[in-house]
Amino acid sequence: MLRYTLLRLLGAIPTLLLVIVLAFLMVHAAPGGPFDAERALPADVEANIARAYHLDEPLPQQFLRYLSGLLQGDLGPSFRYRDYTVNELIGAAFPLSLKLGAMAMALALVLGVSAGTAAALRQNSTLDRVVMAFAMTGISIPVFVVAPILVLFLAVKLQWLPAGWSSTTSASRLVLPVITLALPQIAYIARLTRASMIDVLSRDFIRTARAQGLGTMTVVRLHALKPAMLPVLSYMGPAIAAILTGSVVVEEIFGIPGLGQFFVRAAGNRDYTLVLGIVVFYATLIVLLNLVVDILYGVIDPRVRQR
Amino acid sequence: MSLLGNPTVRVSGGIVLFIALVALLGPFLSPNDYLSTNFDELLSPPSFDGARFFGTDDLGRDLFVRTMLGIRVTLVVAIVASFVSLVIGVAYGAIAGFVGGRVDAAMMRVVDTLYALPFIFFVILLMVVFERNLLLIFVAIGAVNWLDMARIVRGQTLSLREREFVAAARLMGVSPARIVFRHIAPNLIGIVVVYVTLTIPQAILVESFLSFLGLGVQEPQTSLGALVDAGVNQMEGASWTLLIPGGLLALILMCFNFLGDGLRDVFDARHVS
Repeated sequence: MLRYTLLRLLGAIPTLLLVIVLAFLMVHAAPGGPFDAERALPADVEANIARAYHLDEPLPQQFLRYLSGLLQGDLGPSFRYRDYTVNELIGAAFPLSLKLGAMAMALALVLGVSAGTAAALRQNSTLDRVVMAFAMTGISIPVFVVAPILVLFLAVKLQWLPAGWSSTTSASRLVLPVITLALPQIAYIARLTRASMIDVLSRDFIRTARAQGLGTMTVVRLHALKPAMLPVLSYMGPAIAAILTGSVVVEEIFGIPGLGQFFVRAAGNRDYTLVLGIVVFYATLIVLLNLVVDILYGVIDPRVRQR
Repeated sequence: MSLLGNPTVRVSGGIVLFIALVALLGPFLSPNDYLSTNFDELLSPPSFDGARFFGTDDLGRDLFVRTMLGIRVTLVVAIVASFVSLVIGVAYGAIAGFVGGRVDAAMMRVVDTLYALPFIFFVILLMVVFERNLLLIFVAIGAVNWLDMARIVRGQTLSLREREFVAAARLMGVSPARIVFRHIAPNLIGIVVVYVTLTIPQAILVESFLSFLGLGVQEPQTSLGALVDAGVNQMEGASWTLLIPGGLLALILMCFNFLGDGLRDVFDARHVS
């Protein structure tokens, strides 16, 4: 197990390096410098600014400087929010995004797995059809269409829930964003669970368990659930990435001051270091969470470790 | 193997064709155009007066014509992007699968590494850093979506390579390049068609996501994502500005997903449940 974990950890390093190099090169291939848009500065002032931000050094040296900063956990200063570092900005905005994302993921897992299992147990029943139709709809409708429509009907027309973030401080303001973020994931997980549950339930060891006189619920809980969860577990990586992407939209629509909203603002402001910092941060997060998923996979399914 | 015998393919394909046809011809039949503003008719609801089938937006522009234009842009972006990913994915996958051995292992290792990248953030970065133009959007989205195609084509090629007809071609001295293009590629068409159909909705999603964030198609041009973005700002007083483009976007995505599922049933008997 230790060997497997170490191998996975080593495997993540080239991916991370590729992320950093690509993001760095893209930002530096940008036409014009980060301060070009402002009124023309005297040449020596411009040179001073370039020196302060190390923009006068050759590119490889700048990259090494950025990399050594990263290794110490330093993402550099923000170009637009002059008095803040990228670290401070991410540190201020991320906890909220993390809270939303974690709640959405938990909701998606609980609802998706239960709905998928229920559909698998009554294959081709009305319940199965309803769940699958809902799942296809959930997969097809993008978050940025679902979110405003839910706001329009549940918040503006019926006034059951608050529409924006700042209109209240109660926990009810979390309900709509979390549901919107979770919806497509509930749909995917329900489909995955249904398919793999149907597959597992037809295996010999399930028949043996049934032959021993165990009830359906006991068979599912003790024997079928664990093997049926493997495809869902390997979907966790993409699901995390999708929730991060979705959070950009959800935070924008609901006016939540999280990292996603910062990212969109930074993209609009052309705050290169902040955009670069957030991309590197998100990418590292996704790679690390994928690593955790991989290791968990090895824990649940010992066969994977052998390979 | 009858395509039209499958009801899912027939219905979803029919709806997609119908929408595409209306988007193509609709603007010619309407007396309005997508650009001209009319300040007497700001945010007027859908009606048959003056052929304002979908109402007008906050600048008094005709939303029917704009929506049709948006569908055109969305579909063209999606189809071109899917074509880019098709070319890259099939070439990459076929070479890896046909050459095999160490080359295959190295090429697939690259795909595995790229899989772990959060591409959407790189696309956003690309849009921020460079001038926004449609061509770049096509290429960026296409460059994101070829990985699945490469994996599937490689798997299929690996098994085709061992078949007798390939061995026969090789014995007759046919060059490797010719074997790939004349003997293996035609056998990949079924699976490729299925995955292109499933790539199109993904490309639509990326394009509309970018346009929604204001990073994609720029005014006065429009796409379904850009229309939804504009609709969100007007939805409290004028819900049609959100519901019509949002609904159409969802309908198109759903049809492509169903079409892909249906085609998979037709081409790949193993997937029939």
